[in-house]
Amino acid sequence: MNTNAKLQANLVLASRFENIEVAERALVDLCHRAGCEEDEEYWLVTALREAVANAVRHGNQRDPERLVRVAYLIDNSTVTIRVEDEGEGFDPSDIPNPTDPENLLRPSGRGIFYMRQFMNRVDFSPTAAGGTAVVMVKDLASNDNDRPGA
Amino acid sequence: MKSNIRDIGDTRIIELGGKITIGTGDVKIRELIAQALEEDKQNILFDLGGVTAIDSSGIGEMVACYTTVTKRGGQLKLMHLSPKINDILQVTQLITVFDVFDDEREAIGSF
Repeated sequence: MNTNAKLQANLVLASRFENIEVAERALVDLCHRAGCEEDEEYWLVTALREAVANAVRHGNQRDPERLVRVAYLIDNSTVTIRVEDEGEGFDPSDIPNPTDPENLLRPSGRGIFYMRQFMNRVDFSPTAAGGTAVVMVKDLASNDNDRPGA
Repeated sequence: MKSNIRDIGDTRIIELGGKITIGTGDVKIRELIAQALEEDKQNILFDLGGVTAIDSSGIGEMVACYTTVTKRGGQLKLMHLSPKINDILQVTQLITVFDVFDDEREAIGSF
């Protein structure tokens, strides 16, 4: 790791699925500059994509007039990503566990599970405007390893 | 997402590559399964060797494909999982749903 300097970036995106790629490229660039390991970058990107996809689809209902704000910070071997939508808000405790046997064959409902598996901490809160902000934190190489969720 | 179709005997092998992700890859695999079923192929093998990423939508679509094929009396199995795709199937516990193979001949023989 090489995270002596604080690295940060902010994006404001229209609610389109193709903008998930834009959010990914920004994160990959920061990871390269920070010297993240390949596996760390992979799982960070995986979690980010889920958060932005949720903001576009569930939060902003794919309305391109509504914006998704993404803030990245890599500081002291910790990556923090905040994704905000302009939706109506939701209660993450309403999402059933997709690994329960009765849910295994459901075609949806794994996005938040993905985030929680691949990051060390995931917190949801309402924004001042009534949307949802998700803050995801991952500690890098010094206290992590190659496995997702470790 | 890239795809290539091969038929060996009664088995339809669908080779997938790149990202199976929301808005593109997930829709594509649904179309590939619909095409296989239209062509009366009920033994279907997804070769995931070239897949670099599967998001929750891609995984969800694979589960939906599994359900569709099973309801039609067929079988959908997986082959050539990379370590990361295997990790994803492990954490989602879908490894308990899909039959997974490393060897193509063994996979074809399992139908």
